[in-house]
Parts: sequence; C-alpha cells; structure tokens
Amino acid sequence: MSSITPRFLDAGDSALFVELGEIIDPDLNARILALDAAVRAAAPAGLVETVPTYRSLMVQFDPLVFDVEAFIAFARQTLATMEKPEIKGRRWKVPVVYGGEFGIDLEDVAARHKITVAKLIEKHSSAVYRVYMIGFMPGYAYLGGLDQSIATPRRLDPRPWTPAGTISIGGIQALVAGAAMPSGWHLLGRTPVRTFVATREPAVLFEPGDEVVFEPVDASRWDALDQRAEAGDPIAEVVAS
Amino acid sequence: MSRLVVVSCGPGTTIQDNGRFGWQRFGVGPAGAMDRLSLAIANALAGNGPGAGGIEMALGGGRFRVEDGPARIAVTGADQIVKVDGKTVPPLAAVTVPAGHTIDIGPARAGRFGYLAIAGGLGVPLQLGSMALHLRAGIGGIEGRGLREGDSLPLLLASPPGEDLSAAQDIVRDTGPIRVILGPQADYFTEKGIATLLSEPYTVTPQADRMGTRLTGPKIEHGPKGYNIVSDGIATGSVQVPGMGEPLVLLADRQTTGGYPKIATVITADLGRLAQMAPGTSFTFKPVTRAEAVEALRRQVDAVEAMRLSLRPAKRGALDSAELLAVNLVDGWVSADE
Repeated sequence: MSSITPRFLDAGDSALFVELGEIIDPDLNARILALDAAVRAAAPAGLVETVPTYRSLMVQFDPLVFDVEAFIAFARQTLATMEKPEIKGRRWKVPVVYGGEFGIDLEDVAARHKITVAKLIEKHSSAVYRVYMIGFMPGYAYLGGLDQSIATPRRLDPRPWTPAGTISIGGIQALVAGAAMPSGWHLLGRTPVRTFVATREPAVLFEPGDEVVFEPVDASRWDALDQRAEAGDPIAEVVAS
Repeated sequence: MSRLVVVSCGPGTTIQDNGRFGWQRFGVGPAGAMDRLSLAIANALAGNGPGAGGIEMALGGGRFRVEDGPARIAVTGADQIVKVDGKTVPPLAAVTVPAGHTIDIGPARAGRFGYLAIAGGLGVPLQLGSMALHLRAGIGGIEGRGLREGDSLPLLLASPPGEDLSAAQDIVRDTGPIRVILGPQADYFTEKGIATLLSEPYTVTPQADRMGTRLTGPKIEHGPKGYNIVSDGIATGSVQVPGMGEPLVLLADRQTTGGYPKIATVITADLGRLAQMAPGTSFTFKPVTRAEAVEALRRQVDAVEAMRLSLRPAKRGALDSAELLAVNLVDGWVSADE
C-alpha cells in the first residue's frame, strides 16, 4: 500500500477530492479515515468540512480563504509518511427483525442463492461489518464485510419507497438505512434503531470506522423495541469486539 | 417582541440561511438558500449579515402580517411585486412595517426563488447549527417542515433601529453561459462526451427543485469505465450524468454521496443564476479554471459589500397620509432625492 498515489480532483471552486483508489478495501478506507483525522486536526484556514467515503476524502472549503496548493502539499506529505493506520472504532450490536413485512425480499434472496431462509439469516447476522461511510441521507451506514456467498446484484426496478431502519444488501455491500427512501437494494429486515435523530446527542450513532453486528430478534419484540427507540433509547449497544 | 405571521404562502416557502455545514460526514446535506447572492442582497438591505436566515419563496408569493411591534423587511430574488397595505414597495429597498400591517408578495413573474429578509433576523432555533430547512431530512425550519398558514415566527429585534435604506442600483449580474470546472470524474467520459457538454445547449426540465435541476439535451457519452463509480462525496453544483446520458445538476438539498460519475461542477458564483432558471430555459456550459471561478465569486461578494456601503435612506414613496401630515415639508427634504 505504500505505493498509493493520491489523485487530487477538483469538484468546483469550493471542494477537492483526495482519491486513493476506486475500490472497496478496508486498508484503503483506513487511510482515508486517517487522512480525515489529520486534516481536521490541522484545521487549515478556510476549511469548512470533510466527507470521508470508501475511497476518497472530499474537502470542502471557503475558496476566498483556503490555500488549495498548500493543502495538496499537506495531504501528500501526510499520506507519504502514514504508517499502516489502525482504526479503533466501536462495535455496535444492532437488533434486526428479519423477513415477513420487515424484510420482504428475504425469501427471494434465499431462493436465489439456493439456501434456506434460516441459513441466509445466519450468514447475514454472523458477519462483523465495518462502517465504511455514512452518506446519501442522514445516518445511512454503508457496510463492508458481507458474506460473498450472499452478494446479490441490485434490483432492476428500484422501489419508490422503503421504510426507515431497513437492513438491505446490494452487490457486496450492506446498508442500515436511516430514513425512508427509494431503494434498489434487497430488503432482508428492519431495525428499530434510529441511526439519526437531530435532537439526540449524539445525533448520529455510527461513525466511519465503527463495526456493526446484527442480532436477530423475534417480530414479537418489534413494538416494544420500537417504542423504546421512539422515546430516545439508542437500543443499539456498544459491545466488546 | 415582534412577530411575523404567515397568513398564506405557497407550498415551497421555507426558512433558509447559508446552509448547514459540518454534518455531511453523517449524511446530512447543507440545504441553505438556492440563490445565496439574492439572500445576501436582501440581508444587506435589511442590515443583516449576508447569510442570516430569511424566508425563501419558491415560485409562489405569500401574505405575512407583522404583530406585536414593527419589523423592517426587504425582498429580493425572483421578480415579485411587494405591497405593504396595498402600496407597492420599490425594489432594492427595505421598508418598516408597523404592527398589525400586512405584506403581500406576488408570485414570481421571472425567476423562481424569492427571499424575504427581516432586520435582526428570525428567532427560530438552530438545528445542527443552522435554521435552514432540509425537507427530506426533516431538519431545520419550523419542526422540520416548510412554512404554512398560521405559523407565527418570533423576530429577534423588538424595533428596527435607524432608517429604511435602499440601493440606487442593483449589482451587475453575471450573464452568458453557466461556468463549470471539469471534474471530478471527467475521465469517465469520452472526449466527444465532454465536447457535447461544453458546446451543446441544455434546457431546464420541470424536474427542477431544491435537490437538483434535471436538464435535457444531447446525450453525453460515457467512456469505457461505464457509469457506476464506488460511491464518493458530492459537491453542490455537481453535474452528474446517469446512464441515460442527460445531466442533472445537484443543488442545496442534494444527497451527500452518490455512485454516478460527475463530469463537471458549476462554479459557486453561478449556482443562484442556474437555480433561478425556469423550466424551458436553454443555456450552454463554459469551462473555466479554479482561479477564474474564485475571481467571479470574489467580484460578487465585493459587489454586495459595495452595495451595502452605498445604501441611502429610502425614498418616501410609500408614505401614508398620516405620515405625510407628520412630515415637516418646510424643511424641504422631501424635494431632494432622499
């Protein structure tokens, strides 16, 4: 990885991407998160915010103040001298009700991979996922670590509406959806966890670099868990990794 | 404390400031005024800082009533007729509205987004650092929604100090092609595709809202790398080209990340101009360097500041009879320009 050459890509006059690659890779993502931390700590004049993603860091700035050339030099230097970064995230246990009205694609996905529903749930809930990116809409957690044997191409016809808390898979990615949105992913289940509540402290539960494990729970527990979540209980617990 | 009551308003009436920053890393987009230049001018007239929160009106106008004390207001952006108690307020002028009086703002005759600024600003709580409504996320504004009949907004000033000011003339507006900086994913397009974007006319479709403006025009050819990328960030003004080849410019309420390649990015100075274009408007894109883009933005910021410094007491065109009787005509100031 020491041979990684960053690309600096203009995104208009007020943002710049530092791109380390075009793949989903834990080490590459760890370098993005380490660069993100270094940029935020350095807090150059005119920096507005940073957006770490799978494979790039978007740096947004006030173009009347920010020195782009000095920033590029800083980022090059930081990446060149970076040790193999270790990400120390928290591990979250997230309750999920699988199947039925909570995960309308569960049976189809199981049939597609010629496994039982129970086996699919086991495969999906026994993996340790890593939060690569929070993006799209508030609290959407994009996860890596899906069992490759259940990777499933996205639907050709996206659904116009999927509920908040949807647990879905698309390709080799897994997702915890923070809000109701259209989606072309496969819906396996749903969690009562609110990943984003603007009035809660913290507003967003997961951060890039955290880990997520899913705990299957029976549908009969949904109402009680959902009520607790609605009242402000995070429900998701931080557990030992 | 004075209040501004919404008597009636269009469905796209929202509270907006310069946007919410620091939360895109958690998926929360910036929102904020679609035409920040117009918001800045309204704020200058009202005596506020350029990014103070005001009311954005999309296409429709509205009727507002001032209660409990006076309020000084200014309206800019889309071309809208503004009346206070039935009397027309000249453009580029602030006006003090006494308690109990009504402001009528007509529908947009040209442009799409109008801005109502109130001297001293709105006493609306900030959410995640901003009062800008992000409708899809349910954040900001009033209870995470747009304004509607019956809303009563507290104002921060009990009574506006000094006189109503007006500008002698508008700032010089940019015209011509919408300027872009190529990238970040220009390498996902063929040379022919890039040439198409930079030479052919594109037309604003009815699918134009706070999230983005969909354009129609010649298809832009993708290169051999296809039209899916591993999701990365999105800047406001990103010109995204999905598989069908027609561009979509992502604006204030955009998503924070996405998986379509972005061929170019509209420069900050031209975002408001693009947002104000009605469906059916055709235009071309023109490539510029980052230095040129920054210079264009600096000129706008300087022009607003120059206007602010040149403001003079407003002409008393809208005086009512009681105020006329109270004016000492012998002093002769009424005959002067001011």
